[in-house]
Amino acid sequence: MQRRTLLTLAAAGVVAGSLGLGAAHAADPIKIGVVGPKTGPLAGGATITHFPNFKLWQKLVNDRGGLKLKEGQRKIELIEYDDRTSPPETIKAVERLATVDKVDFIMPAYGTGFNLAVAPIFAKHDYPLLAQAFVTDQGDELIKRYPNLFVVQGKTQWFARDAIAVLKKLRDEKKIGNKIAVVNVADAFGIELANTARPMFKEAGFDIVYDKSYPLGTQDLSPIVKGAKAANPDAFVAWSYPPDTFALLEQAKIEGLNVKAYYSAVATAFQSFAGKFGPLAENVLGAGGYEDTPAIRDYMKIHKEVTGVDADYWGSAMYGSLLQVLEQSIEGVGSLDRKAVTAYIKSKTFKTVVGEMDLRKQQMTNAWTVGQWQNGFFHAVGAEGFTKLKPVNLKTNW
Amino acid sequence: MDIIITGLLLGGTYALMAMGLQLQYGVARIMNLANGEILVAGAFGTFWFYSATKFSPLYSLIFLIPLAFVANWAIYDVLIRPLVRRAKSQGQLEVDSILATFGISFIFVGGLLAVFGGEYLSYSYLARPIFILGEPYGLNRIAAFIGAIVLCASLYIWLHKTRAGLALRAVAVNPSAAGLVSINVPRASALAFALGGAVAAAGGSLLSMFLTFDASLGVVFTLKALVIVIMGGVSDIRGAIIASFILGLAETTVATLVDPGLTLAAAYVLFLAILLIKPEGLLGRRSS
Amino acid sequence: MSSVEAGQDAKPSTVTQIIRDLREAAVLTGAERRGLTAAAVVTAAWACLPFISDGYLLSLGISITIFAGLATSWTLFSGPTNYISLATAAFFGIGMYIVAGGVNLLPYPVLILIAAIAGGLFAALIGLATLRIAGVYFVIFSLGLAELVRQVVSWGQHVMGTSSGLYVLIDRSDSAFFWQLLVLTIVVYLVSWWIGRSRLGFALRIIGNDEVVAVHCGINTARAKVVLFVISSTFAAIAGALVAPRWSYVEPTLAFSPFLSFQVVIMSLLGGVHRLWGPLLGVIPFTILWEFISAKFPSQTTLLLGVAFLLIVYFIPHGVIGLIEDLMKRRGGLLNSLRAMLKKDGGK
Repeated sequence: MQRRTLLTLAAAGVVAGSLGLGAAHAADPIKIGVVGPKTGPLAGGATITHFPNFKLWQKLVNDRGGLKLKEGQRKIELIEYDDRTSPPETIKAVERLATVDKVDFIMPAYGTGFNLAVAPIFAKHDYPLLAQAFVTDQGDELIKRYPNLFVVQGKTQWFARDAIAVLKKLRDEKKIGNKIAVVNVADAFGIELANTARPMFKEAGFDIVYDKSYPLGTQDLSPIVKGAKAANPDAFVAWSYPPDTFALLEQAKIEGLNVKAYYSAVATAFQSFAGKFGPLAENVLGAGGYEDTPAIRDYMKIHKEVTGVDADYWGSAMYGSLLQVLEQSIEGVGSLDRKAVTAYIKSKTFKTVVGEMDLRKQQMTNAWTVGQWQNGFFHAVGAEGFTKLKPVNLKTNW
Repeated sequence: MDIIITGLLLGGTYALMAMGLQLQYGVARIMNLANGEILVAGAFGTFWFYSATKFSPLYSLIFLIPLAFVANWAIYDVLIRPLVRRAKSQGQLEVDSILATFGISFIFVGGLLAVFGGEYLSYSYLARPIFILGEPYGLNRIAAFIGAIVLCASLYIWLHKTRAGLALRAVAVNPSAAGLVSINVPRASALAFALGGAVAAAGGSLLSMFLTFDASLGVVFTLKALVIVIMGGVSDIRGAIIASFILGLAETTVATLVDPGLTLAAAYVLFLAILLIKPEGLLGRRSS
Repeated sequence: MSSVEAGQDAKPSTVTQIIRDLREAAVLTGAERRGLTAAAVVTAAWACLPFISDGYLLSLGISITIFAGLATSWTLFSGPTNYISLATAAFFGIGMYIVAGGVNLLPYPVLILIAAIAGGLFAALIGLATLRIAGVYFVIFSLGLAELVRQVVSWGQHVMGTSSGLYVLIDRSDSAFFWQLLVLTIVVYLVSWWIGRSRLGFALRIIGNDEVVAVHCGINTARAKVVLFVISSTFAAIAGALVAPRWSYVEPTLAFSPFLSFQVVIMSLLGGVHRLWGPLLGVIPFTILWEFISAKFPSQTTLLLGVAFLLIVYFIPHGVIGLIEDLMKRRGGLLNSLRAMLKKDGGK
């Protein structure tokens, strides 16, 4: 027990006590810790991609009786915290989950910076970190630092590389010309993508006729779209975030930016994107995309039924898949021994809703990076290493 | 030329964001940090109305404005008035109102989250181009601009041509002197606060035609409104209007002629420069 | 502390003046000596936190320590002068970015030094602005400034064409972070305490009460304000630099978050800005309350935080210090040593 000589520690002790530092009983449910932004700038995306997946997983697992361990089946209980899109809060919440709630497994955080901030804590307590909302080019270095880290997502450069490859193919087939207008949101992911892509565009022989960034939260993107249009591009690429992704397409329509290839990065894969724009969303390219399989269609359906939220076509099924990997690993090991589970994940490939998932080297070897809306489904149309891709349509339906 | 039109449209957008706070701070002297959340609530109300009925979202103003007015009056009466009564100085009231409205903004965000969820809400309405002098402009932005003009004009006329408006302006200039000439200062302040809230909600409603909203977005609008209100000088509504349009034009000019990445930087430079040259804001009066 | 001396300002050399101030500051009354000892004991006990916990409580302790430092350094300037500054995030972010940008180029301690110097210089520039702008105008001015810095840094990252300046992968344990931040906070306190007891502190109190009177007393108000602002902001920059490796990934939106500035202001106001220990008494309950609500009510965290806020504003109108002083008035002489501890700023 702690000494209560000091006011501060006493107060903290009271808080800690009320938070439950007691021991868990046997045959308790398996405790799964969840942390993510319910409020703050990233809450919009997390509400669709992050939180519902855990609820869905919990329901599916508990409906069949729980996870099968050697000692019998045990159901899952979720313990969730809001990190308010602030890394110090994420750190505190994960510490709380690890040392106070003493959960058996902790789900990844939402956002590259947030996962990085808590990676040391995961490592210290041997929790596997299956990071999905985590796009980086430093993966090789990071997995060496954190042997428990699994990067369940493509690298930044793949998103750029594959988008450019799609455009290059269209150009080589003489379907579009050579001139590209590029814009990006001036925030982490947008900046990274833009800077990675620029030399790749040049290498592919494209002529960048407009290359500008805009601040996060800009309320009027018409100068940007007007400027892009004035440069007479054949294709338009926006490394954008949800609010601007929504605004840019609308602005493009109004300004008459009738390019045959239109790409906007984040949130194009949201169903609300297709919902807002209806037929205008057809043939828009964006980050993400899925292969049209019964497994995926089922997943989307169940997601909506159980959580009430329309899954997106980028991160949602990936989350679903990593949860399947975790589930299969826990059941494969037969216990909640985290080190064993981590080793199990590195020992084989897994059958998941997105197909075969190979995390033996802690990183995905390939990922669906470019999608296109075709007939109400955001199909995977570009990704190196995949063969079953849908052909790309031209956006002639302005 | 299209810089000017786009800049004016943007200025209208900004005016919609700032007018509410102008009334709440300029007259009622409450630095309402929850202003952005009221605006977002207005946008959400319209989104819900449009999704549910498919009638023009502009009709939602019919019930949103009175609803926001009443709600804000209640907020003032219940939550703010005790602070006004016990504040011994203007400075203390400002500090107290900053703290209290900070708390209120959290309550709003939590409330919006609970009712509407955390995701992005957006709809398409009047997303058609209108051609002015050969250049296309969004009809929804033009509609919002017209809304802004109507709002600013009616507020201005009401403030300058009615007794109630006169009372508000008197309170804005000097609350204690206003009390001496038998103006019911507490009532005028409540009226200004409620009116400011209604204007903010209406602004949010109009903006929802072309902006994407989520529950946490309020703070962005509050920040912008704060900058505009202070830049314009606190005591005169015309200051906020002028500041909105100056910012809109400046940002558009920089976006088109210099670099869109510097739009907000330029806006802040302009704001800082104006304050350095005229520390009370554009139309502000030096307080005694 | 002689009131006449406050008027005889810059004419003797600054070095002599500083030495004189230091000597004066070193002279303590009995009560002050006791207070100082008590403070040292408390701090030493607090420093032992990493031995008790290396998990959640330590995280909490880091939060408390860093906000104690930020709030006290904020109060250093804003307390006596009554200028509410919302620019804390600007300096914090500058500190973070200097470390993030230079982490692969220069040794870490050098980066901390650069962060301090950059923060100080930038603050000197802004401090000059405080000479003209006052009241709520200054508040929003400082906010606009912080946002301007964020915009420029974001744009700069785009223009520089690299994604460097984002990853700060340095191995450091939470205990190390805790002690580093504790050292910084202790320095902040000592500087604050020393200034409070010195001529400068006395001059500041006059400025805070009535700037016109201060000028008439011959106090160089301009220099006093700028010096204070520089010291206060430098600490914020160093804090940012120290924290960068803990975040591991630095992005403009988060490093320059205005919410940080608001938090610091609110914690200081809650504690009370007219006593040295005021901000600390705001930081501790505030952080604990925050944690309590976050932990117990994860789905309605924001809503309940807002309610808690309102309750605090209504029932603790003069800050925690005010609350304690009210209690003391009723308890009379029984809490004399507490009073001595609170009067660390030189006998006010």
